[in-house]
Amino acid sequence: MLTLTMRQMSENQCGTITSVRAGGEMGRRIRDMGLIPGAEVKIQGKAPLNDPVALRVMGFTLTLRNNEADYIEVEVKE
Amino acid sequence: MEATIALAGNPNSGKTTLFNELTGARQHVGNYPGVTVEKKQGIYAGNGYKFQVIDLPGTYSLTAYSLEEVVARDYLVNEKPGMVVNIVDASNLERNLYLTLQFMEMGIPVCIALNMMDVAKTRGIEINAEKLSDLLGIPVVPTVARSGKGKKELMEAVAGNVSRSAPAPLSISYGGDINTALDEMEGDINAQSFLTDRYPARWVALKYLEKDEQIVDLGQKEDPSFSQKIESVVQKVSDHLSDTLDTYPEAMIADQRYGYIHAITKQGVIKHSRHQNRLRLSDKMDKVLTNRFLGPIIMVAVLMGLYRFTFTYSEMPVDWCERFFGWLGGVAEANLPGDLLKSLVISGVIDGVGGVLGFVPLIMFMFFGISILEDSGYLARVAFMLDRVFRIFGLHGSSVMAFIVSGGIAGGCAVPGVMATRTLRSPKERLATLLTVPFMTCGAKLPVFALLVAAFFAENEAIVMLIITLIAWLGALLVAKLLRTTVIKGESTPFVMELPPYRLPTFKGLFIHTWERTWQYIRKAGTVILGISIILWAMMTYPGLPESQARRFEEKRAALLTSVPPSIVNDVTSAGEDRGLSPRAEEIKDQLMTIDFQEAESALRHSLAGRIGTTLEGLTALAGFDWRTNIALVGGFAAKEVVVSTLGTAYSLGDVDPEETGSLSKTLVNAPGWSPLTAFSLIIFTIFYAPCFVAVVCIAREAGSWKWGAFSMVFNTIIAFSLSVAVYQAGSLLGY
Repeated sequence: MLTLTMRQMSENQCGTITSVRAGGEMGRRIRDMGLIPGAEVKIQGKAPLNDPVALRVMGFTLTLRNNEADYIEVEVKE
Repeated sequence: MEATIALAGNPNSGKTTLFNELTGARQHVGNYPGVTVEKKQGIYAGNGYKFQVIDLPGTYSLTAYSLEEVVARDYLVNEKPGMVVNIVDASNLERNLYLTLQFMEMGIPVCIALNMMDVAKTRGIEINAEKLSDLLGIPVVPTVARSGKGKKELMEAVAGNVSRSAPAPLSISYGGDINTALDEMEGDINAQSFLTDRYPARWVALKYLEKDEQIVDLGQKEDPSFSQKIESVVQKVSDHLSDTLDTYPEAMIADQRYGYIHAITKQGVIKHSRHQNRLRLSDKMDKVLTNRFLGPIIMVAVLMGLYRFTFTYSEMPVDWCERFFGWLGGVAEANLPGDLLKSLVISGVIDGVGGVLGFVPLIMFMFFGISILEDSGYLARVAFMLDRVFRIFGLHGSSVMAFIVSGGIAGGCAVPGVMATRTLRSPKERLATLLTVPFMTCGAKLPVFALLVAAFFAENEAIVMLIITLIAWLGALLVAKLLRTTVIKGESTPFVMELPPYRLPTFKGLFIHTWERTWQYIRKAGTVILGISIILWAMMTYPGLPESQARRFEEKRAALLTSVPPSIVNDVTSAGEDRGLSPRAEEIKDQLMTIDFQEAESALRHSLAGRIGTTLEGLTALAGFDWRTNIALVGGFAAKEVVVSTLGTAYSLGDVDPEETGSLSKTLVNAPGWSPLTAFSLIIFTIFYAPCFVAVVCIAREAGSWKWGAFSMVFNTIIAFSLSVAVYQAGSLLGY
């Protein structure tokens, strides 16, 4: 088991969110969309310029910028 | 039975499709009072019921994150609809129920329309609607909005529950610390009757814990000292949670809401027969459509394709329109008495409105194309791919929506575009976006460009239109960057956005969408433009030529006619169109026409508009604009399409030959002083100069100050003038 920030994950990598370290509005927005500890995520792809990132959570696809993905820690299987 | 029901749900859950399915053509689009969020209303009539249906803006949550969320929440609280029909995407149940829970926490009567059951099925998701209904304690009706399936059953369920008294607010356990604080706050709030006339006490407490700005502000206004007391309780829990669990109250609340949902769905409500992360068709498409290399290439190709589609297929109907108004002008010419009335009807009304309505087919095709991109989900991918680029200019990926609505894909309108900036949360990015979206190629500028392009760049129509759009984009982005580094500096905001699965748009949706936008354009053309066209006609007609000058032209004509033999004069004055003239008579006729033309021209110069235009000519000559163009551009302040109708009016007043009813573009090509360079300089000026007054009013309102409205007028015109002077002068030096 290995813990990474979401930015460090590579395409098609799966994992489980362990913490979301953002408060305030950004945190609320991230959580409203279902990015909460315990949620399984998979990196779907990255935009042509590597940023933002598209990820799959709870069966739908969501986009986040890399600097927002930094707040999210994910435990990945190697 | 009559009642009001509100449709609410996540964006992309099929809410608008269901709304269209329920109300059909019986809908009405307006705005929520005081704000510019679109309010769609309609009537459902069927199986003995009649419901007023309100389509609330699509939201993921009921926090005060975006204006849509605030509007939806305020509507529910203030208008108290008989029932909220919550459209829930069955293929995406858990996230959708997050909003449902928030309705229930507010104590609002909810009924779930479990939509997209067909999509869920193909994804291997099976949902037990009865079980879900039992566990949540609210009606759940499976629907497929696209085909209208379940519509009747849904309305039956609404009718069966609408008259019941409001349910008690749902109370979820948010964990020990928060529960204790909630209980304490709820007691205090009830004892004080703090905001309880509008909201349930526990909900107010919850919002304080979530640090909801709108509610906290409201509370501080209502009772500052009590609000303070509640805030101190919140602070205590926050500190405690931060010390013990390294988390925030709002994080705990969100976790527990999802926990609650999870607990429900686990009890046999949802069954997956396949793994959730399996690649679906939509994902496979994304692998190509948002691919690092292919994605951008396809994106440019799609946008180019939209132009081709619009211009190629609208050609014929545009031609029909032009012919119709040409014919109408001919009929008026032949049947109306009096020169002044004739001039008013032909030059003021028919040419003015016809010039604008002639572009309706073009705009319809354009909007149809945009609706396909929007409804299919491709537009969200465009935002995804472009966000990195937008951020460079101090904007947001979501700015792309405002830009596209304004005419980023030619044919939008800056007015809804400026309004679309409301989805942007950061005030600074929003301001930068709303000040730069008017540079886009809006539907009203389109006739101006189309006219000039058809006249001077006919061989490369699609390419030149694409270049115009690219110039608009580049200019807007650079100006945005300029603004974000000078007048509006600041940090960027989160880019949390859903990429909805690709969907085949429904024809009904596309047509309603296209029709709505086209109708808005026609309505504007029919009312505002008609009035302005007549005012401008008056400005161009009065004051008339002084007697002495008019007499001079009359004498010239008489002198010419007496200098030739009477037989030729007779030929010239009585000749029918079909009969050939002798070369000598032809020559005399041409000379007579030249005199008429000169008279009309000096009359126009003498008029109020002519005087304004002439006064400015000294300055605008630097950009290659003569006084006619100046009049047209001044008219364009009122609405951009007026540039075309004014040029039309100006030239048909200057041109008296009734046989020359050919299109305005032909007139321009033959007019002195016009060259491709002049046309290009005018195109540049039209892209950048002051937004029309409707847009200026919106900018002022959205930005919260008239200062910004005035800023956009002055600043944009200065930029426009500098650029077109640069283009014209450089072009002239290079010998174009």
